[in-house]
Amino acid sequence: MAIVYIPPLMRDLTGGRDKVSVPGNTVAQVIQALDTAYPGVKARVADGDHLAPGVAVSVDGVIARLGPRAPVKAGSVLRFLPVIEGG
Amino acid sequence: MNAQEQKPFAVVGERLPRYDGADKVTGKAIFGPDVALPGMCYGFILRSPHAHARILSSDTSRAEALPGVYAVVTAADLPPAESADHRYARDNTFASDKVLYVGHAVAAVAARTPAIAEQAARLIAVEYDVLPAVTDVLAAMRDDAPILHDDMRTHSLAGHGDKPSNVASHFQHLKGDPARGFAEADVIVEREFHTATVHQGYIESHATVATWSDDGAPSNGALTIYTTTQGSFSVRDHVVWLLDLPMSNVRVVPTEVGGAFGGKNTSYLDVPAALLARKARRPVKITMPRPDVFLATGPSSGAVFRVKMGATRDGRITAAQAELYYAAGAYPGSPVGSGANVMFGPYVIPNGQIDGYDVVTNGPRVSSYRAPGGTPANFAAETLIDELAEKLGLDPLEFRLRNHAREGDERLDGGTHGHIGGIEVLQAAQTCAHYTAPLTGPNRGRGVAHTAWGNWGGRSSCALNVNGDGTVNLVTSSVDLSGTRTTIAMQAAEALQLPPERIKPSVGDTDNTGYADVSAGSRTTYATGIAAIQAAEDVIAQMRARAAALWDVPVESVAYARGVFASGADLRFTFAELAEQVTGSGGSVGSIANVDVAEWGAGFSTHIADVEVDPETGKVTLLRYTVVQDVGQAVNPAMVEGQMQGGATQGIGWALYEGYAYNEKGQMLNANFLDYKIPTALDVPLIETVIVEVPYPQHPYGVRGVGEPPIVPPPGAIANAIYRAAGIRPDHLPMTPAHLLEKLGVIES
Amino acid sequence: MTNKTLVSATVNNEPVEFLCEPQQSLLECLRDILGLTGTKEGCNDGNCGACSVLLDGQLVNSCLVLGVEIEGRAITTVEGLADWRGLHPIQQAFLEADGFQCGFCTPGILIATKALLDRKPNPTEADIRAWLSGNLCRCTGYDKIVRAVQVAACHLNNTCEVDA
Repeated sequence: MAIVYIPPLMRDLTGGRDKVSVPGNTVAQVIQALDTAYPGVKARVADGDHLAPGVAVSVDGVIARLGPRAPVKAGSVLRFLPVIEGG
Repeated sequence: MNAQEQKPFAVVGERLPRYDGADKVTGKAIFGPDVALPGMCYGFILRSPHAHARILSSDTSRAEALPGVYAVVTAADLPPAESADHRYARDNTFASDKVLYVGHAVAAVAARTPAIAEQAARLIAVEYDVLPAVTDVLAAMRDDAPILHDDMRTHSLAGHGDKPSNVASHFQHLKGDPARGFAEADVIVEREFHTATVHQGYIESHATVATWSDDGAPSNGALTIYTTTQGSFSVRDHVVWLLDLPMSNVRVVPTEVGGAFGGKNTSYLDVPAALLARKARRPVKITMPRPDVFLATGPSSGAVFRVKMGATRDGRITAAQAELYYAAGAYPGSPVGSGANVMFGPYVIPNGQIDGYDVVTNGPRVSSYRAPGGTPANFAAETLIDELAEKLGLDPLEFRLRNHAREGDERLDGGTHGHIGGIEVLQAAQTCAHYTAPLTGPNRGRGVAHTAWGNWGGRSSCALNVNGDGTVNLVTSSVDLSGTRTTIAMQAAEALQLPPERIKPSVGDTDNTGYADVSAGSRTTYATGIAAIQAAEDVIAQMRARAAALWDVPVESVAYARGVFASGADLRFTFAELAEQVTGSGGSVGSIANVDVAEWGAGFSTHIADVEVDPETGKVTLLRYTVVQDVGQAVNPAMVEGQMQGGATQGIGWALYEGYAYNEKGQMLNANFLDYKIPTALDVPLIETVIVEVPYPQHPYGVRGVGEPPIVPPPGAIANAIYRAAGIRPDHLPMTPAHLLEKLGVIES
Repeated sequence: MTNKTLVSATVNNEPVEFLCEPQQSLLECLRDILGLTGTKEGCNDGNCGACSVLLDGQLVNSCLVLGVEIEGRAITTVEGLADWRGLHPIQQAFLEADGFQCGFCTPGILIATKALLDRKPNPTEADIRAWLSGNLCRCTGYDKIVRAVQVAACHLNNTCEVDA
């Protein structure tokens, strides 16, 4: 199971829960599992096969460059964050 | 620890001259605009005179008929878009249905001379239906604002908007209970801030030369691009994405770069030059005129902030709240995310909320600028921090210390602080020569500001090849913006235990090096340095194995120290002797290390500014300026000081001078270096530097990123100094004389 | 076709002859015709100083001078500073004092520094800042440039203290 922190703007879908555990070996699978448990999640964080514009996901504190295709381990911690760039 | 007795490094920490220094002072260094190929012709890009207009028709026939013209290209020459992001990138290369800013590229011409190319471009007849334009971020959010993208709906994790909007996205960070936090506060301060769009202002314009090999098996037409960029692979990725080519067939050769600061993370000319070169069947060079650099590249976001902070009487912050509105320019992607991270970044905020909005406006699509989004956010937050300290009767550095984050503290974005040196920076500022010196005289004041900036790691590659004479060639794919060849080679020399003159570093191209991310995010000396150290360690391991084989001893018995391989009492090779042996038989030794450095940590910087404000003219004179910064471990202190001074000066420009001026039609009024004023030698004092070294545990030598943090605090430090000098709190950037005179009540707004 | 003009001049102590169009700037002639790309274009409107050269010893922005105007006159560019003996003391000073980062404004600043020190061998910091205020540098913050000019002055005047 992966641990997903639910951003404040999505807690209406999770009944106010800010942290949930769902199965998945990739970010895409975790999003799918979230959507099954809390319908509507996928529409907010994803755009087809991609993450939604401006949305990044971190796995264990590291921004997942592969996005939905990034691997997820048992016990991994996922967060949805705004995209960041460096100059 | 006594540094004299226990100097940990032989090379790292020394003030070595730069490997590229001689070429830079003799004019031999080849920058982007210096590249010329045999048979080359010249490109010119036709740009929109309107900030917002529908393209009704476009006729290129007169341009094509002009003698000396070899090719004309438009959006029709680009493969179709496959996603929203792809369409934005495609449309920003050449407008298809609408132009969204003055300077938006519409078509390009290649011709025998630059003059013919420009003349031909002017013969392209484009018919526009001019639409109302909006350049101000708040105006762009109004219900009656002209809509840039009919299909854009606000994206938010709370759900998508249901009608067209210029707000591309909204995000929120939330921690604790802000309402409760403000209820616990004894003092609450609240302000709104407006900051202008600014440009990176590199002195070298953009320039690209593109050339194709003619089609022929097995590689079906290969493209080579020479360009000034922060990332050769990023240019390759962009060109491959927009022209649908195999990665292997696009070779990008980076030139020397004449300043970039994030503005050369983005590719502007490469696709137009490639399209022209393919059609013209000869190399094409495009150099961007300076006005176009202002109109069509960079800049950084203009922004609006609404910020509120509360603290208890004993000086503890109880709550903080901020709304950030960033203008993205024509397409989404402002640095509002990193602005939010900078906002209250250094401090423990028990109850906090940040809302960020990415808003499209009729300006060039913003690009990164040194600590993207951080500088204006810090101005807003550090003004309120100063105001809280003042209302609580606390020294401003002491107030920051009482609330400073430590390792393990949770950030507002949900992450956790790693090993950071922010407290050490504030303490060094408290005791430095500047802060402890008295400031006297009328209309004078001293201000401070402090920031955190999350430097980046990312992908880097470094190759080492050992030559038969014991010298070593080092090749990285990280473009060298201001001396990273030297700082990377110094780390390799340290790891190889060789004098730096035995290492010869260079920057490779995309055909002959491993992948690297852009040289940006203060990551190059840090992450590419790690690659260099790994490659060096592998070289030594290989050399030990080769020595063991030559001596017929177990490899574990071969030791390496200070340039000498030894086994037992008798067996001994210097690095050069062994290099001669191994290249003479059995094949030479080399290694390439490809890394993806995930770990990164925040750098901290505190700035101290003394100013004098002329109450009659509103002119601000900087009397003294000091930058204090944690750099982990300075690889080359002279270059570290240069980063601190240069970053601070850019921040000073942002604070006092720089800003895009638009008229009501959305046309930029100051697209030149006369009217867009960047600091000159007369505008800044000598800038004092205090290097703090709290070694960063994720780098073998403790190195941290250096380049970005120093641009962040200047507006806050100067604003707070102005308050102490003149009793007014500026809330606009730039803090022009007119703004200060309004605040002083001398003139009306 | 445009009529081209034959121009005879001295560039970096060498006689040169070249054909240029009447509207071509000295900057274009140096870079595109004579291949002297050490002189840089930053703005092409006289506001950045990257194209600074000496015209009969006077500091000028070569983007504001026409190629045809240098007939019979002498130009010094960055390529003319070093000679067979090695780097010019000003170049040496900028290396020693780290007076550059990206190096793009450096040729213009070196030429402007030569013009200053030719006139005023012992400039104050204020003199240096005022003189170099026409040369924009976006990287350094000018601190190390000012110090490099000071080092250059002491090299040229033989007043540098020997390092301990």
